[in-house]
Amino acid sequence: MTDATPSGARLAEARRQTGAAARRRRWQLLSPAIVIIAAFGIFPLTITLIYSFLSPGTYGGVTWKFSTDAYVQFLFDRDIFDDTLQFSTTYLSIFARSIGLALGATVGALLVGFPTAYFIASKPPGQRNLWLFLITLPFWVNLLIRTYAILLIIRDEGIVNIGLMWTGLIDHPIGMLYTNYAVFAGLIYSYLPFMVLPLYASLEKLDFRLIEAAYDLYASRFQVLRHVIIPMARPGIIAGCILVFIPGLGAYITPELLGGGKELMIGNLIALQFSGSRNWPFGSAAALILMVVVMASLIVYVRSTAKGSSSNG
Amino acid sequence: MAEPAAPQPPLRRRRMNLRKQPGFDTIAWICLFFLYAPIVVLIIFSFNDNRSVVKWTEFSLRWYKAAFENDGIRRATVISLEVAAVATIFATTFATMAALATTRVRAFKGQTLVYAIINQPLMVPEIVTAVSTLAFFGIIKQITGVNGIGYLMLAHTVFCIPFAYMPIRARLEDMNLTLEQAAADLYATPIQVFRKVTLPLMAPGIVAGAMLAFVVSLDDVIITLLVGGPGETTLPVYILGQIRRGITPEINAVSAVLLGLSVILVSIFFLIGNKKRH
Repeated sequence: MTDATPSGARLAEARRQTGAAARRRRWQLLSPAIVIIAAFGIFPLTITLIYSFLSPGTYGGVTWKFSTDAYVQFLFDRDIFDDTLQFSTTYLSIFARSIGLALGATVGALLVGFPTAYFIASKPPGQRNLWLFLITLPFWVNLLIRTYAILLIIRDEGIVNIGLMWTGLIDHPIGMLYTNYAVFAGLIYSYLPFMVLPLYASLEKLDFRLIEAAYDLYASRFQVLRHVIIPMARPGIIAGCILVFIPGLGAYITPELLGGGKELMIGNLIALQFSGSRNWPFGSAAALILMVVVMASLIVYVRSTAKGSSSNG
Repeated sequence: MAEPAAPQPPLRRRRMNLRKQPGFDTIAWICLFFLYAPIVVLIIFSFNDNRSVVKWTEFSLRWYKAAFENDGIRRATVISLEVAAVATIFATTFATMAALATTRVRAFKGQTLVYAIINQPLMVPEIVTAVSTLAFFGIIKQITGVNGIGYLMLAHTVFCIPFAYMPIRARLEDMNLTLEQAAADLYATPIQVFRKVTLPLMAPGIVAGAMLAFVVSLDDVIITLLVGGPGETTLPVYILGQIRRGITPEINAVSAVLLGLSVILVSIFFLIGNKKRH
């Protein structure tokens, strides 16, 4: 529409003439952000890749000798005496636990987040923003502090145990802290807003006349949910699951504080290699394997959304 | 305008609200309760005179005073603010430039790649970014022999850029070119157009972006923990160290302050965003 006005036409003409200049200007504007992220965000990843194929240095760092030990170490234990390899599940089990916990947290967040997002979407439009704000506000509070707040209330002397003992339900504290359950709950708590937001974005567009139509055709409430609401919220469900799964998988603070170093996840394993046990190549390899899993889930996500949009038209 | 909107006949509505699913409201309220309960407990007990986090004795600002007088906390606060300020300034500037180049233009070659690069810090798990940056900076430090807090500021700038970019881009996309074209018609030079028209119009977006970047930088733990050298302890890293050693009421007080700061900044951000629509 603006192009129809004389000034719009003039601008368009000017733009055509100075196409090359505009292009140069665009890249000038873009270059600081692009260069700094490429140099200090993307390039270091290749260093990690290289490091994963080197040998560990004695006091951290690496020595420049090619080695695939970091990857071998993942699956095998090297016998100190005769150098034979024995299959070991130590690190595999940490990976499996991380994936299990992240998946569990994703399902948990979906079960809680879906009703919440639906509840917000069915509110009058004027109130929805306030509700969204209330759901996302805790997300902006430091993750460390939120996790610490959970730690405070679920520890043995915490308010939950004291409260339960006061009511007489239990006579000694339940050890909730430093368990898989604590980490699981902490992950749901940390990333719930990531689930609610995309779900809400899908459900907000829901045409409630379709629900009325379904009821008119004698659908039960469950059938409406199963055959009308959930299929239409599908893009939001997929996006929300990805957004919870990925940070959940790489979580560091939650297992550190609520798992107490006993219930390690990949994030802790990687950090440990760069601080305590000092095996940088192994840490790099673990980081890369984590990256591969994350990228794979992102590809699954892109594929499924592409399929969804093409089938819709 | 919303008043007379009652699409369903009242009789039917009383029988059942078609929009409702059984139990959903209850879950939503429980969800909200659990999101806030731990935070509220933390804040309430930070004002407790007692050392205990369970038994309430008396309202007191004792632990806030203790935290304020704690040298470690003071030093960490100063470093946190320095790093966040520098990272915010650079990230917001770069994000503003990038947003100007990528919005209100026709699709250009390499656009997808540009978006992918700008959003890269959001796609890679934080722990991976942290160890990669640690390794890379280690090499640079070895070659140049230069140390200092600049590395930490640089690392923060990188992951703050996408957070600053999002609201600025959203703001720019809502603006149409009419006013700028009018200014150009009135013989304003491109620089005048930018300074007198474009910049004031996009200011709310820039402020919002800067605040997000500031909050994100202030809250970061993992990257700072690994990349920060000795003596470069930010407040969250200090808090983590203290929690590992044992729970002290001072930490509750500091946490409550940091929490309050984030809530205030994000609430302002929300208000700016909401006003835009009216």
